[in-house]
Amino acid sequence: MQKSLHIDPAKCTGCLQCEMACSYENYGTFNTAKSRIKVFDFHHTGRKVPYTCTQCDEAWCMHACPVEAIKVDKSTGAKVVIDDVCVGCKVCTISCPFGTVNYVQDTGKVQKCDLCGGDPACADACPTGAITYVDADWTGLERMKQWAAKLDNAPKAG
Amino acid sequence: MTWAKKLLRVNLSKGTCTSEPLNMEWAKKYLGQRGLATKYFVSEVDPKVDPLSADNKLIFATGPLTGTMASTGGRYSVITKGPLTGAIACSNSGGYWGAELKMAGWDMIIFEGKSAKPVYLNIQNDKAELLDAADLWGKTTWVTEETLKKKHQDPLMRVSSIGRAGETGALFACVVNDLHRAAGRSGVGTVMGSKNLKAITVRGTIGVSGIKDPKAFMAATKAAKKVLADNAVTGQGLPKFGTQVLMNVINEIGAMPTRNHKDIQFEGAKDISAEAMHAPRKTDGKPNLVNNQACFGCTIACGRISKIDETHYTVVNKPEYWGASGGLEYEAAWALGSANGVNDLEALTYANFICNEDAFDPISFGATVGAVMELYEMGVLTKEQLGIEAPFGSAKALTFFAEQVARGEGFGKEIGMGSKRLTAKYGHPNLSMSVKGQEFPAYDGRGIQGMGLAYATSNRGACHLRGYTVASEVLGIPVKTDPLVTEGKAGLVKAFQDATAAFDSSGTCIFTTFAWTLQDLSPQLAAACEGDWSVENLGVVGERIWNMERQFNNAAGFTEKDDTLPERLLKEPAKTGPAKGLVSGLDKMLPEYYQLRGWDTGGKPTAETQARLGL
Ligand code: SF4
Ligand code: SF4
Ligand code: SF4
Repeated sequence: MQKSLHIDPAKCTGCLQCEMACSYENYGTFNTAKSRIKVFDFHHTGRKVPYTCTQCDEAWCMHACPVEAIKVDKSTGAKVVIDDVCVGCKVCTISCPFGTVNYVQDTGKVQKCDLCGGDPACADACPTGAITYVDADWTGLERMKQWAAKLDNAPKAG
Repeated sequence: MTWAKKLLRVNLSKGTCTSEPLNMEWAKKYLGQRGLATKYFVSEVDPKVDPLSADNKLIFATGPLTGTMASTGGRYSVITKGPLTGAIACSNSGGYWGAELKMAGWDMIIFEGKSAKPVYLNIQNDKAELLDAADLWGKTTWVTEETLKKKHQDPLMRVSSIGRAGETGALFACVVNDLHRAAGRSGVGTVMGSKNLKAITVRGTIGVSGIKDPKAFMAATKAAKKVLADNAVTGQGLPKFGTQVLMNVINEIGAMPTRNHKDIQFEGAKDISAEAMHAPRKTDGKPNLVNNQACFGCTIACGRISKIDETHYTVVNKPEYWGASGGLEYEAAWALGSANGVNDLEALTYANFICNEDAFDPISFGATVGAVMELYEMGVLTKEQLGIEAPFGSAKALTFFAEQVARGEGFGKEIGMGSKRLTAKYGHPNLSMSVKGQEFPAYDGRGIQGMGLAYATSNRGACHLRGYTVASEVLGIPVKTDPLVTEGKAGLVKAFQDATAAFDSSGTCIFTTFAWTLQDLSPQLAAACEGDWSVENLGVVGERIWNMERQFNNAAGFTEKDDTLPERLLKEPAKTGPAKGLVSGLDKMLPEYYQLRGWDTGGKPTAETQARLGL
């Protein structure tokens, strides 16, 4: 069964534990600048939104790469950058509609979320449940349940 | 180890920025942040220095856990000699700025001298430069942050700055970072303004590494996060209600200073409480509270994000205040509300926005307004002088004064001097509810006896964050003690003060101590850093820091006579509630406290104490 990162922005407090976990997992340092997940703070509305790669099936980044440096990890479905192959041309960063693959100055390669090989560090670190790792076919389950609960409480149908 | 092992020295007179290795001998004795920066400060600055002169220094310091995955590991402190008190000042802030400084590869910044013209410091990893701030002078912290991010085309940079209050010399101006987190007390922002330093921008992409034992560190921080999550206060109360969870509790036990401490229960408390912030407003059906927000790395998330009712008199036709921003915490709600008898939640939220926007301490501001209102009711101050009628309970006067202090205009100039100077000027010095010139926070020393002693002996003047015995006396953390008695409070205060000094030096937030003790901090530090970070030694480190601060104050001219409380708390019995009839029993606690501290009757650490602590 394939799993997906499921993000519920309403639960996010902006603590950046996820960003630190991501950088630590991948670079061994606490460094939000190197995180593949970014938390956006829309100050004016108070909303905090964590954002990372959704692992498109027909991934633009993968198709755009001229040297085939982005491959599918069969076990997780993640689109993974093979560092040894990546030449740092950045074409993928232009092609990704969501901006979730980015260049890293230090390494001269691009980076994107690789689902940590199936054990996402960000989801593990998130204290609020804003990031979870769930059945890819049922990312809507929690929300369905919430609405279902509301129906249940409705005094009258129609 | 998680110190960056590097400090930045900025000479504002000469315009130079130099990198220095961190004194690691000192780091092993004073840990970081509050402790280590104070060690630098007392070693370099004459205790008699005029706080607003070029000879005073200003230090921004992180702790070894700042910028790591330790919960709440995002804190920094600002250390200087405070202009409000003339004592050591050390104000702690959260948000994201401190972690960014650490991730740029710096443990601390020491500012010395005074710039001839307004400047700001721009840090990009190891590159640091002073840049012209002429266009920022006269601007609020909100405009400053926006302008700097635009100018540098870097939405990810973090900004810490002063507002107009700090520029115009209000003695309780603070330093605000990330729009609404503040190094709030004792006028650290006033010192920054006196140096013509407007802001510090930081972008750090180096990160924090070098953890001594990474595996142990991840395990220790994870276990400590679980302790926070499982605790009723840090796991439920603070995230849901913020520190405002205390409003009704403290009011009920009769320890809520009201109308300049004339009363100790406020009939309007429920209108400005956490519950009120959650309730839909009559006007627009929306609650004041939008949601909660964490500081960097914090798994508690006590911060409040609020929106003001757009039809409220304070913001009509002022869309710049219609967006969400930092909402009321307990101290602010108390100081802007109960201390003045004001129960208009939206007015308090507006005043709080103004305090953030122009960077001044809502506690000292609110408490000073309380004194002004009392003087007004006595007929000592008049409408003509104040520019407005100002009886207790007037929201209009409160918000008017907030605007005036923010801009340094009118009577706001006098309020900006703080209650001690203001009440003395108008002939009623006994109406200043302060210790060493700094106004009380939100707990009355008659209703919570331990807090009276904690205030009287606090090294930065009246303060709840130097020894929060409320935890024990009201909430039963770690053990319940009776708030109405003086017995045992000397030891309790000392224990809280020492542990707090250790926490304040680590990079973590003091609010963790609703759940954590040194037992929880110790393994995290021990896994991160070289050195002895056992519980026992952390206690000694805390005590050492406390005594070092005390020695600085003694050398600055403070004596045992300054370890006191205003007459009102010592002579006017509480009128209502469980503490009815009580005054503060400070005289019963203080001698025992000196003894436990190993101080002589003049409040000076004895030679033996100094030797024991390696001072
Ligand atoms: S799954 Fe792993 S790589 Fe992807 S964002 Fe989370 S921590 Fe980073
Ligand atoms: S760890 Fe969770 S709550 Fe914290 S910023 Fe990331 S998504 Fe938000
Ligand atoms: S507990 Fe509150 S103040 Fe402390 S770090 Fe967390 S959000 Fe910030």
